[in-house]
Amino acid sequence: MSSDHLTEMIVFGALFLLVSGMGFVAARWRRPGDMDSLDEWGLGGRSFGGWITWFLLGGDLYTAYTFVAVPALVFGAGAAGFYAVPYTIVMYPIVFLVLIRLWSVSHVHGFVTPADFVRARFGSPTLALAVAVTGIVATMPYIALQLVGIEAVLKSMGVHGHWPIVIAFVVLAAYTYQSGLRAPALIAFVKDVLIYLVVIVAVLYIPTKLGGWGDIFDSAQAKFAKSPAPSDGILLDGTNQLNYAMLALGSALALFLYPHSVTGVLASRNRDVVKRNMAALPAYSLVLGLIALLGLMAIDAGVKPVVTDGKPDTNTVVPLLFDKMFPDWFAGVAFAAVGIGALVPAAIMSIAAANLFTRNIYKEYLRPDATEKQEATVSKLVSLVVKVGAVACILLLDPEFSIDLQLIGGVIILQTLPSVALGLVTRWFHRGALLAGWAAGLAAGLWMLYGIPNPAKGKEHFGGSAYKLSDLGLDTRMTVYVGMLALAVNLAVAVAGTVVCRAARLADGVDATRPDDYLADAGDPKVQPIELAGST
Amino acid sequence: MASTEPGTDRTPPPPPARSDRSRWNWLLAVPAVVPLLTFLYNDDDPRLGGLPAFYWMQFAFIPLGVVCTVLVYRMTRKRG
Repeated sequence: MSSDHLTEMIVFGALFLLVSGMGFVAARWRRPGDMDSLDEWGLGGRSFGGWITWFLLGGDLYTAYTFVAVPALVFGAGAAGFYAVPYTIVMYPIVFLVLIRLWSVSHVHGFVTPADFVRARFGSPTLALAVAVTGIVATMPYIALQLVGIEAVLKSMGVHGHWPIVIAFVVLAAYTYQSGLRAPALIAFVKDVLIYLVVIVAVLYIPTKLGGWGDIFDSAQAKFAKSPAPSDGILLDGTNQLNYAMLALGSALALFLYPHSVTGVLASRNRDVVKRNMAALPAYSLVLGLIALLGLMAIDAGVKPVVTDGKPDTNTVVPLLFDKMFPDWFAGVAFAAVGIGALVPAAIMSIAAANLFTRNIYKEYLRPDATEKQEATVSKLVSLVVKVGAVACILLLDPEFSIDLQLIGGVIILQTLPSVALGLVTRWFHRGALLAGWAAGLAAGLWMLYGIPNPAKGKEHFGGSAYKLSDLGLDTRMTVYVGMLALAVNLAVAVAGTVVCRAARLADGVDATRPDDYLADAGDPKVQPIELAGST
Repeated sequence: MASTEPGTDRTPPPPPARSDRSRWNWLLAVPAVVPLLTFLYNDDDPRLGGLPAFYWMQFAFIPLGVVCTVLVYRMTRKRG
């Protein structure tokens, strides 16, 4: 079996070695004075320009798992899986004005994490802790899922077992430890060049072999027509249109609340870089849309997913399609693109989670007098722990469990929206009400997710994120994304709670930021001058 | 937004007050809303190069988003 895949493995292995080498060399890239601060290790010196940020954020937001799971979804359900495209279109105009405010206030105050901002804005370490813990919990399964992406590729090459993933993550952990955010920033160049190359070749070449786009859609429609599932097809039906739009909107709102997205934004040099990237990042949405269509091509090409332990793994359909359609050496390149595509976000996510722990738990509660150097050391170590945790998730638990956690992660990270995103725009909310809203949103979200079955997978709970409105007593067959419903609960509690807290004259925190801070740009004075004299 | 409360530091008059406000920002609402209106594009016809309208129209929203965002960026860049 594996000898068939020898060429693929050699190409895959060579490219993997190349980026690993780059990861270690990255420590010397753009010559930091020293790596002993979170600004340097965790944010690459806050100095990335337009191009680096574009590659970094592209590699960060459009993960390997996305590239594997979205076409898998389209393969299984058709049009509903295409929500990833409107999701990544509406996201940038929505966050455009908010992110530049986050960049500015973080620049002035030296914030490293979204929870840092919340702490200063609302004067509440507790609310910041809630935001930080939510961020860490939502990010962990996301990292684990990057491993699922690599595993899908390995399975398609006939490699079963977990040892290659352990090796890959040990290497990843080592160079992230050494080079910090510079490692994924440098590797992102290779990853994206490979992804663009593979996708462009795939959408030009595969349809010609399959008899054209028309054929691809017709045979997909024929397959969906035969399947027993009610809502699949190459178009949406009456029941899932609202869910499609709400899932796209909810995911768009959630993405920039994830700590790893914030890390990518804060690493940029100035406001202009952030703005230009909001205009340039949709180039990746094009790639994502084309990749989604690979799911339909796989149907037409008659791809059968790899079966492990009696369960078909639809995440393997795209790698298998590459394996079937491309010459061996190019399939190797394609597999490497997905594999390396997993490393970039995994590195950034582990850095972001580590920074949250360091800034909002360690420094806040354990060692308030920690120096910058101690902060950096703790973050480096925690980034290792986070990766070990992610590997353990995959080794010890059913991967299905990570997918459930990721589903939950998207819903719970949305519950930090009132504190973080609305907090950037207004200081109207009371800190106690925000905390209550966060708790109510979490409870409502988890309760709804728990109640959603998935008969196709034989699951009673956590079977999906589409909540039937009929369960709320509405006379309709429409479904809505749980995250948006939970956010509505959250906002209702936060608004009502604020009114009550104000009426009861409960003490509110002090806002350490000023209106001008949200408009500052590079070169403007900072509130906390970093102790240059002491550390260098 | 927050109007300065009476008596707060009026002393150093900051060089022309900065603001992110602009009428151009409203243009961002177009790409933020249009791709969510499924009734606009949930159709097979007309096909374009074999792609049903559902797919090619959503692809077309990508340049729509880019154009709107670039316009806002260019029109709101440091005025003086």
